Amino acid sequence: MILQLFVQGIQMLLVVALAPLLVGIVRRVKARLTRHRGAPLIQPYRDILRLMRKEVVLAENASWLFRVTPYMVFAGTWVAAALVPTFSTGLQFSWTADLIAIVALLGSARFFLALAGMDVGTSFGGIGSSREMMIATLAEPAMLLTVFSLALVAGSTQLSHVSAYLASPEVGLRVTLGMGLIALVIVALAENARIPVDNPSTHLELTMVHEAMVLEYSGRHLAMIELASALKLLLYVSLIGCIFFPWGIAQPGDGLARHGLALLLYVAKLAVAGTLLALFETSIAKMRVFRVPNFIGTALMLALLGALLLFVTRSV
Amino acid sequence: MSAVDLCLLTAGLLLGLGPLALLGQGRGRSSAVVYSASGLLCAVLALSGLAGLGGLGIGTSRVLPLGLPWMGAHFAFDALTAFFLVVLGFGGGIISLYAIGYGRHEHAPMRVLPFYPAFLGAMALVLLAADAFSFLLSWEVMSLLSWALVLTHHQEEDARKAGYVYLVMAGFGTMSLLLAFGLLAGPDGAYQFDAMRGTAHPPLMAVAILGLMLLGAGSKAGLAPLHVWLPLAHPAAPSHVSALMSGVMTKVALYGFIRVVFDLLGPVAWWASPVVILLGAGTAVLGILLAMMERDLKRALAYSTIENIGVIFAALGLAMAFRANGMTAAAALAFTAALFHIFNHMAFKSLLFMGAGSVLNATGLRDLDGLGGLIHRMPVTSFLVLVGAMAISALPPLNGFASEWLIFQAVLLSPDAPQAAVQMIIPAAGGLLALAAALAAACFVRIYGVGFLGRPHSEAAANAQEVDRVSLTAMALLAATCLLAGIFPGTVIDAMAPVVDAMLSGRLPVQADETWFTIIPIAESRSSYSGMLVFVFVALSASAAAWAVHRFASDRLRRAPAWDCGFPDASPLTQYSAGGFAQPIRRVYGTDLLGARETVTMPPPGDTGPARHELLVGDPSWNGIYLRLALAVTYVTTRMNRLQFLTIRRYLTLVFMSLIVLLVGLMLWR
Repeated sequence: MILQLFVQGIQMLLVVALAPLLVGIVRRVKARLTRHRGAPLIQPYRDILRLMRKEVVLAENASWLFRVTPYMVFAGTWVAAALVPTFSTGLQFSWTADLIAIVALLGSARFFLALAGMDVGTSFGGIGSSREMMIATLAEPAMLLTVFSLALVAGSTQLSHVSAYLASPEVGLRVTLGMGLIALVIVALAENARIPVDNPSTHLELTMVHEAMVLEYSGRHLAMIELASALKLLLYVSLIGCIFFPWGIAQPGDGLARHGLALLLYVAKLAVAGTLLALFETSIAKMRVFRVPNFIGTALMLALLGALLLFVTRSV
Repeated sequence: MSAVDLCLLTAGLLLGLGPLALLGQGRGRSSAVVYSASGLLCAVLALSGLAGLGGLGIGTSRVLPLGLPWMGAHFAFDALTAFFLVVLGFGGGIISLYAIGYGRHEHAPMRVLPFYPAFLGAMALVLLAADAFSFLLSWEVMSLLSWALVLTHHQEEDARKAGYVYLVMAGFGTMSLLLAFGLLAGPDGAYQFDAMRGTAHPPLMAVAILGLMLLGAGSKAGLAPLHVWLPLAHPAAPSHVSALMSGVMTKVALYGFIRVVFDLLGPVAWWASPVVILLGAGTAVLGILLAMMERDLKRALAYSTIENIGVIFAALGLAMAFRANGMTAAAALAFTAALFHIFNHMAFKSLLFMGAGSVLNATGLRDLDGLGGLIHRMPVTSFLVLVGAMAISALPPLNGFASEWLIFQAVLLSPDAPQAAVQMIIPAAGGLLALAAALAAACFVRIYGVGFLGRPHSEAAANAQEVDRVSLTAMALLAATCLLAGIFPGTVIDAMAPVVDAMLSGRLPVQADETWFTIIPIAESRSSYSGMLVFVFVALSASAAAWAVHRFASDRLRRAPAWDCGFPDASPLTQYSAGGFAQPIRRVYGTDLLGARETVTMPPPGDTGPARHELLVGDPSWNGIYLRLALAVTYVTTRMNRLQFLTIRRYLTLVFMSLIVLLVGLMLWR
């Protein structure tokens, strides 16, 4: 009980502390792959701190919604990230929200962000919001169908149970899980505005989505939003990690030393995931916005096929 | 006085209040008096419903010497009636409160006042009726009174068209119900509900009754493809009546479906349920896609009603599938989810229609592209509408999410069903429901972003004034309901348990014992959700983050012109419009599903004339089914018109031939 509360507290701080590092890793590896020197790993931390100390320049027409949104987005993402097992499944509040609720919590954050994009009344904000919602209408069903097929395998939508079940040796290799992994990776790329769906490093490109939505933000507001999007990336990496690669995650009964080891392993997993993401992003081109439906549609189909395949293999 | 007598008396008073309203003609306060009285009577209905859910007065009945002479009119009060009386009384009461403020702006109050309370009374009678005759009579009175309310603004061409289509569809719906009850009653004419419960129905006849109920109740509720009247009629009425029709009357239609299919009919074959599930899920996606394409605020809300009705039907279909396989716990889960969503939709859709009414009052506009910037001019209305928009988009921690979450949990139980078809169809339907939920979020970002945020698109929107306190109070009450039902879903689920128990002889586990108001529909290892903790966590971490940043980093702020990538444009027309916002989704889904076509006509080089963009998008069922049906009817009737111009010789032949046909028929029959 005490340990679980402790683990929960550590997890809450850990996700905020590590999120910028993950962004740093991705940027650094990407820079090295394209033969740049690249910024140091701690650059995202510096950026966020610098933004926080700066004055906010608020558009004249901005309403209270615009000012509240950064904190709401951050809080929603943070709570969601705190409920995804990272290094231990023994989280005190893991029963607060299952995987469906976590997806919906991220949906709440997106809802506010898209509204904030519309709030100032500029054309760039509108383009970002409208495209973000279009992508979300594809990514969310794909995500939920993936959740369905996982829940059919594990018999639960409660992440700690799913993770514990998939870590047990009885699972073995399953085609459904492979399909679910691919679908979840595609959804993660789309949800985090990564290449090939969106480009996180451009500002003035007609195809931009997420960056167009937050174009009017500055100072501490922008810092909160940057931190929230870093958290979201970390959340998806942890999610894929705890479902498909649950090796070494500490279980509720384990001792402190085991938890420490799991923590180190988790950081290693983050580094690997960041490297793979950078590798993928440098080797692929950004898609035209109306090609995105086909891309995410693949995830949708894979997730549905994965669920149906379960029934077929079971009934034979 | 027993519960059924109290409710009957209240319904009678509501019906009588209508004609009484005529006496107040010309006096300024009459509308406030009528609406207050309706509100109070609705409160009585809601309270007796609540008491009924607590077990008071359940099972009381009353026979009045009205209706068919050999039978009388039967009325009864059971758990299902009680639940729907809560929906009707609560929704109707708050809408009446809103109408006290809103009704002052009505320029022809005498076209609303006589019908409004009577409409409420007729809906209460539908819920109380316990025989086919009084049910159908009350149903028809309800339809006709709402038809009269739709025609309040009869000078408008749209309202007249809506009234006509509504009347035709309502007649069709009642006819289907009549046939359904005829089949239910069987050859002995057992028209009382008690007698119907005792009659066994062969499987094929049960499916036929289910089909007729889908036609009859489905057309009233807005099930595709019988929904076409709804987006015409609901917005044409004054806004509080729209709220009543969308928020409450569709629920009365669902009551009819539940009463017959889950109570009177008995078990239906399992293979009928996938049809209901797919119809519901398809309706949900079609409704919300059409809402996404709509520029008119109230009509977009009406389309979104169709989506929610689809979600509810899908949940009811799930309950039927599980019941047919004897999976009581799973059926109870799906059925609870449907009831919960019925209550939730009453709350947030009424709230949103009230918001639309307030906007209509303040600006005179329903066109989203004329609005904008209302969050500055009407801050309270805008905030309350935001709560409603979040609730209907199924976002935690509000109530819409709690019921959708329960539906998804029910979907996840499908592998336990023995039939492969059920196993395969339910996850696919779950995908469709997820798609509908995601589209709903997009749709309400669009409505709210274009209508309430940004810069005003028109003079009227720029000069809008906040509406009166009474209207705001009514909206605030519903917004609070949305929040409370979302934070304490376990309480709502427990309150609905008697209904579920009465219909399915099973219920969900008691949720009140769980810590932190968590809901656990099946087992803790399977799934759990605590709306309250999610709310507390998000609120705490948002305020903690805001406090820390302001305290330790910086709290300076400067207002400046919008940045807009360095090219800010002074004209508010450069903002995203409702059509522009919908364009990506229209390109992705609309081209195939709705047959959306856009053409761009560019002027030749050197010509300075404007380019033209034309967009064709509409309801596929209107063009695909209804217009063809109308064409076919016209074709047949023009051909038959010839029969009016025959010679006497031919008429005689005709009479003789029909006589022979009849006699031959009789001979074969014997």
